[in-house]
Amino acid sequence: MADWHMLTLVGEDRPGIVAQVTRAIFEAGGSLGEASMIRLGGNFTIMMMVSSAGGETALRRALAPVVAEMGLRLHIDAVSGGLHRHLIPNVQVHVTGADRAGIVAEVTGALAGAGFNILELESDVAGSAERPFYLMNILGYSDRPIEDLEAAVSDRIAGGIAVDISAVETLIG
Amino acid sequence: MAVLDILTLPDERLRQMSEPVTVFDDALLAFIADLEETRQAGPAAVGIAAPQVGCFKRIVIVDVSGRKNTPNHGYLVLVNPEIAHWDGFEMAREGCLSVPDYTGNVIRASRIRLAAQDPGGKHLEFEMEGYEARAVQHEMDHLDGMLFVDRVVSRRTDLFRRKVYHKAGPAA
Repeated sequence: MADWHMLTLVGEDRPGIVAQVTRAIFEAGGSLGEASMIRLGGNFTIMMMVSSAGGETALRRALAPVVAEMGLRLHIDAVSGGLHRHLIPNVQVHVTGADRAGIVAEVTGALAGAGFNILELESDVAGSAERPFYLMNILGYSDRPIEDLEAAVSDRIAGGIAVDISAVETLIG
Repeated sequence: MAVLDILTLPDERLRQMSEPVTVFDDALLAFIADLEETRQAGPAAVGIAAPQVGCFKRIVIVDVSGRKNTPNHGYLVLVNPEIAHWDGFEMAREGCLSVPDYTGNVIRASRIRLAAQDPGGKHLEFEMEGYEARAVQHEMDHLDGMLFVDRVVSRRTDLFRRKVYHKAGPAA
């Protein structure tokens, strides 16, 4: 059974970050598990599971040159958990509206109150600086019917936001 | 009758092209019975393709009749299927008996016109839409060595999805 660490790396985006980070981990004998890497607001962000016999000390030593050269911030946590623990989402929540503070808190608060478990959330601000437009897509799991989630959200959300809650069905073929 | 072993990634045989069926005999019928038994033995699959059990012949089974409110043609055995016409597209989540522990969003044609043969070699034609059309496209990919993982689109694509099924909450 592998011992997993969750590594978080963030820095100003530039070409080569992923290649150099993963090369350093590989050469130190580490291997990657599940990972999420994305550019957010001009920063490149990495969250990834890494298994390494040498543990945190070895990972820090291996990554130190890359972190310095690429101007990254590194955070490492030992985590329990492991691979092959996916939950398959059965509900998707799509939110759009003129951007304002509080949209995520309102929507996710209402969903949490209905027992909804968020598995992944992605959001973006489109439009222009003068007319920002907020988009959010949540995939999650709920034991309750869609109607319960819709009722919870419509009770709690102020106007101006469109919330679309739909079932996600996974075709297995 | 037998439940056959299902090939799973990264087995390279799943990448193989399957050959057309030319002989419609009792052995074909026996194989189709085994293929269906294998589909039913697994986790609620709406379809299965012959190459998933290591038989590289152009045969798929699809049955979405168990799903509520879904236009369908019942239990279908499609031999040498060919899609003659595609129309529209939709994105939805798929998984596969040959790809355990992974699901992802895939874009498929929303309506298809399909020609195939039945297990006796008789010519068949169907017009299909939605879930059934998706299942057929998923299974037919196997015949060309394709898997849904080859077609998975970015999760962020969901942010800008084109089709809204229904609205909830107060109007904007």
